[in-house]
Amino acid sequence: MHLDRLAILGLVSLIATAPSMPARADEKLAVEIVYLAQDVERLAPLSLLDPVEIPDEGLAGARLGQKDNQTTGGFLGHDYRLDDVSVPMEGDPVEAARDVLGRGKAILVVDAPADTILAIADLPEAEDALIFNVGAEDDRLRTDDCRANLFHIVPSRAMKADALAQYLAWKRWRNWLLIHGTAGPDLLMKAALERSATKFGAKIVETRAYEYEATARRTDSGHVQIQTQMPVFTQNAAAHDVIVVADESDVFGEYLPYRTWDADPVTGTHGLMPTAWHRSHEQWGGTQMQGRFEDSAGRWMTEKDYAAWLAVRTVGEAVTRTNSADAKALHDYLVSDQFEIAAFKGEGLTFRTWNQQMRQPVLLVAPRMLVSVSPQEEFLHQRTPLDTLGFDQPESTCALN
Amino acid sequence: MKTVTAPALLALLLASTAEARTIFVSNEKGNSISIVDGDTLELIKEVPVGQRPRGIELGKDGRHLYICASDDDTIEVMDTETFEIVDSMPSGPDPELMVISPDGKTIYVANEDDNLVTVVDIESGTVASEIPVGVEPEGMGVSPDGTTVVNTSETTNMAHFIDTGTHEITDNVLVDQRPRFAQYTADGEQIWVSAEIGGTVSVIDDAARDVVHKITFAIPGVPPEAIQPVGVRIMSDRSKAYVALGPSNRVAVVDGRTYEVLDYLLVGQRVWQLAFSPDEKMLYATNGVSNDISVIDVDAGKVTKSVAVGRFPWGVAVKD
Repeated sequence: MHLDRLAILGLVSLIATAPSMPARADEKLAVEIVYLAQDVERLAPLSLLDPVEIPDEGLAGARLGQKDNQTTGGFLGHDYRLDDVSVPMEGDPVEAARDVLGRGKAILVVDAPADTILAIADLPEAEDALIFNVGAEDDRLRTDDCRANLFHIVPSRAMKADALAQYLAWKRWRNWLLIHGTAGPDLLMKAALERSATKFGAKIVETRAYEYEATARRTDSGHVQIQTQMPVFTQNAAAHDVIVVADESDVFGEYLPYRTWDADPVTGTHGLMPTAWHRSHEQWGGTQMQGRFEDSAGRWMTEKDYAAWLAVRTVGEAVTRTNSADAKALHDYLVSDQFEIAAFKGEGLTFRTWNQQMRQPVLLVAPRMLVSVSPQEEFLHQRTPLDTLGFDQPESTCALN
Repeated sequence: MKTVTAPALLALLLASTAEARTIFVSNEKGNSISIVDGDTLELIKEVPVGQRPRGIELGKDGRHLYICASDDDTIEVMDTETFEIVDSMPSGPDPELMVISPDGKTIYVANEDDNLVTVVDIESGTVASEIPVGVEPEGMGVSPDGTTVVNTSETTNMAHFIDTGTHEITDNVLVDQRPRFAQYTADGEQIWVSAEIGGTVSVIDDAARDVVHKITFAIPGVPPEAIQPVGVRIMSDRSKAYVALGPSNRVAVVDGRTYEVLDYLLVGQRVWQLAFSPDEKMLYATNGVSNDISVIDVDAGKVTKSVAVGRFPWGVAVKD
């Protein structure tokens, strides 16, 4: 009697410790990923060449990642599923996440602001979840507000600013005129650029704030006013080599090139920009990624699409190698030195163990052409040159894993 | 069945032809094939071909060179004597690399954009079959007996073993990130698969369909992320193998039986693909960024010359 019970207990624990192994060879391992995004209010981009809205931005990248995973999974008995949870502007994304997690789904790809993503990560239901951040570039998520269940796929502002600063150092454009907007994200980018200037020996000779009323992008006589306004705004600045602009809100940065008082190159959020992805990037097999995305989505791949694709592919890669869909097993694999993923950047991408930020080269693009890719060769690091971008371990209070 | 040994066949060929060696190089950005005289090592001619030519392969009778014109979604056929394009064949979309069956009748093409391997019958110039494989198929290897074709998929990270009789995948072997090239040993016992981002070459046992060894590389003074294995060639007797290591600008010399890396030969910038001369005494390497090929003396273990070719040289094939 006693022995029988032990035997049953033994069987139960065996099942419990291997929850993700298919019971039979013909039974597929199910992998469920939820893509959760909240609609946010955004101004239309200044340039008429940019679409006002891309309804499936991010989601289309996740879908391609799902398709890629499913192709690979087909050879291994892994069956992937992508659920799309779209939260309207007035909705509550945290509640939506709670609902999803409560239904036992443990892998979330989230496109939401920093506070929202932190609130989701802090849900009791999320304790054993895996959350991939594809929308929030805030440095604080990588330096102070780290969470064990939160992985960052998008580069931080600091990584982007460092990528640009390295290139400006290589160009020997050491004296920067920093021009920034006044909205929250603009100020965060300004702070990131100031930190990068110090880190790479550039000098911010002057800082100017552009205070404005946001205007419609379409006006019949718009250029005349802008043509007179921008030279005046940039007049009498301290001697500088380059303008570095922090205008994430996209309300004036596009007006700077060719209209500055001095003959200035414009860099930062406009002009020469650091970004994780761009249509002009076709190196390292990027041609295939661009082509496959355009075939599936019918439009160009944006930075957010790339991040969402990469998040879903990261899950797929971990499932492929561990033969498991268990969040804990996947987490352990992602932060181990076994994990690396190829993502059209010329080298394998890995996670920083202390803050779970994905290491990655950052593209530097002009509107119609790739200019460079950072890190620049001259900047070395004892671990990997990729760790010259963004906050390094000693600069972060995070000590995950 | 009567068999002719490789040296005997070679002697036969040498006896019957007094012609010089020709090296063909595809230029990915130049949209051309560079023709290099293999004896004088001089560039004879640059022949315009279709857009983005990458994988090239000499037909078994040596009369034709097959060229993957990736952006034209076609295989072009060049006469190896007149250097004129004489024919084109269907390839499926975005052909990148191909292999020709040992009997010379069939081309197997990797279609990078469509997750397919296309099977082309050379004589009729028609597509015989399309085989779904992993994401971004690239490397292609064929077993010496022609019964198995191996395709590598760059985003799925697998070597897919395809039965050439049924056109079905029989086995899938996981390798490291971005597998780019597959090469059978002449005895058919192994297939070597390079992984560009993983930085390794996986040695797969053909009978077991399993990785039996992983070759890794380390070059003093070269960052590990610059070591990106692409092209692989193995000598018929398996004494030595050569691995092109991409932006590390080196070709690794590997002991084909112990897998020990014996040497790193400095070549041009971003070395892509390799091809032996038929007698395996010379090895030619395409250098994508420096627009040249490196000529390697196999016995001496030295790079003896570099020859400027077209823009972004990619594939290479050698005819005696």
